[in-house]
Amino acid sequence: MYGIYNFVTGPLVWASFAIFIFGSIYRLVSMYTLAKKKDAVSLAYMDWKFSFRSIFNWLIPFKALGWKMNPVLTVVTYVFHICLLATPILLSAHIIMIEESWGVSWWSLSDSTADVMTILVIAACAFFAGRRLYQKDVRFLTTGQDWLILTIAALPFITGFLAYHQLFNYQVLIIAHVLAGNIMIAAIPFTRISHMLFAVFTRAYIGSEFGGIRKAKDW
Amino acid sequence: MGIQDRLIEDVGLREGVSRLTEDKIQKTVNAVFQGETGARLKAYAEICLRCGMCTEACHFYLSHDKDPTYAPAAKVKQTIGTLLANGGRVSPDQIYNMAQIAYSECNLCRRCVHFCPVGIDTAYMMITMRRICHKLGVTPQYIQDTAHSHSATFNQMWVKDDEWTDTLQWQEEEARDEFPDLRIPLDKEGADVYYSVIAPEPKFRTQLIYQAAAILHTAKIDWTMPAEPGWDNSDMCMFTGDFEMMGRLKRKHFESAQKLKVKRIVMGECGHAFRSIYDVGNRWAGWKHYPVPVVHSVEFFWELLTQGKIKLVSKYPGPVTLQDPCNIVRGRGLGDKLREVIRILVDGEIVETASNREHNLCCSAGGGVINCGPPFKNARVAACKAKADQLRATGVKTIIAPCHNCHGGLDDTVHKYELGMEIKFLGDIIYQCMERPEA
Repeated sequence: MYGIYNFVTGPLVWASFAIFIFGSIYRLVSMYTLAKKKDAVSLAYMDWKFSFRSIFNWLIPFKALGWKMNPVLTVVTYVFHICLLATPILLSAHIIMIEESWGVSWWSLSDSTADVMTILVIAACAFFAGRRLYQKDVRFLTTGQDWLILTIAALPFITGFLAYHQLFNYQVLIIAHVLAGNIMIAAIPFTRISHMLFAVFTRAYIGSEFGGIRKAKDW
Repeated sequence: MGIQDRLIEDVGLREGVSRLTEDKIQKTVNAVFQGETGARLKAYAEICLRCGMCTEACHFYLSHDKDPTYAPAAKVKQTIGTLLANGGRVSPDQIYNMAQIAYSECNLCRRCVHFCPVGIDTAYMMITMRRICHKLGVTPQYIQDTAHSHSATFNQMWVKDDEWTDTLQWQEEEARDEFPDLRIPLDKEGADVYYSVIAPEPKFRTQLIYQAAAILHTAKIDWTMPAEPGWDNSDMCMFTGDFEMMGRLKRKHFESAQKLKVKRIVMGECGHAFRSIYDVGNRWAGWKHYPVPVVHSVEFFWELLTQGKIKLVSKYPGPVTLQDPCNIVRGRGLGDKLREVIRILVDGEIVETASNREHNLCCSAGGGVINCGPPFKNARVAACKAKADQLRATGVKTIIAPCHNCHGGLDDTVHKYELGMEIKFLGDIIYQCMERPEA
């Protein structure tokens, strides 16, 4: 068990981060190369000002028409993304491990806050799953990929929650947790989670078109 | 529920798919994917999170009892999405379904852009689907006829060269009863304004040419119209997916203006032609922006009215509501100017529809949908129910719509939903209310 633990928290972490970083660079570079080769008619209109104008306005909750018309989803989406990103980065247990390895540390959340945020992520995933099952339009759209990324996002939080509360077998769960975290990191460039890499560019592009050519807001 | 339950028989689509095999389809689809699309399509297809946020954007969805197969992302899934998932190999019958969705169930209005957090442009996916259909020879008969007309005559309505000048002279003659020294100057080099129209104007809306001539004459504008092809700024080829012809049309239009060394082009009250000129056709022809300055008549009328070149003897009795045409408001930010013009012209308030300006609901006629003709008319008007509800809720009797397609679409809508409203172009109102020059 200890051997497996050492493996998943050691070499496997390096591997998953390597896949994430090099995979992301590869995806971004190859996408940009493709855009230069085939989408000159789009690239030509990219504009810094209108890109940031669009990104900025879409970051504000309830500003865009889409956010306004889907209020519940909007709240859940913001809570989900904030907790999904902030919890692992600001979790004291994670920071302690990094401090022990590399001697660097940063501000952390209290354990009880992190616990609540974990529950929020899990609840948000349950909400998303419910929409996929019971909301007609979303059910029609849902594919295997959507279930895959929902599972990938939920598992580290479910296992982390169970391990933290020492429910079931701690040793098995903590290994499962680290494994799930590794899978999520490595999956970013090669699943639909790649919206983390590309959405900023698609947003910037439509912002540039609307701002520069169509002279209209896109939110 | 689903496209197979609402198929509409169209001879163009039926004959088109009868000539196809799965091999032919796959070859053509992949030629388009590999030859004409790139990172944009790839990124859109990959990162659409299937969240359904765009669903509520679409008037087709809103007007069809929230049938999920009409949601924007659902239409992508049933067309381009299916082609991508199957490596381009689908049956001819599936192409029929996809063509019906792409040509007749999406107005390319881009309202859904305002709903998508990752900024996916569904209209681009639909127009790529139309491009594939065009290359497969599967296009609705009526709109294909207009595209053929573009190819043969450089105008949309089979107007022959002598008929064009004849029509202009006829309108000039008519107008001279009212304005004795009015001219429609043809081919005048170096004029300030080159006035361009869409071919339905000489074909069956000649009063619009009359009105435009009256307004330009009254405002003492130095203007001209071309005697030769290039005068039609419309572009059905953009909507059928015939991009080669779209490029030729725009080049002809701009070169006709360049040949006459005019200062700028003023376009009539049309939406799609404006889109073709600033957004789509110009790019295919290789111009990043248009090579000759172009203004839409909303902007032009705004100039005439604010600079006092046109004075009013009366105001049009309001209150009124207005239709924001997608291609000039969401597409070109003319919402404010349009309202300023209406405030000058109308005595009474503007009662806005619930969705307005860049968030407007489409008239359901644009994007080439009305041009698909009678087979699709009932489905098109049915998709305008949400818009009809918003129009009825304004409680007013006049809709101002500065776009031909909006006019046609709303005309059918007002009739079908018994709204009892009249639809006006800005030109109608200006012509009616302006101070005439002394004879």
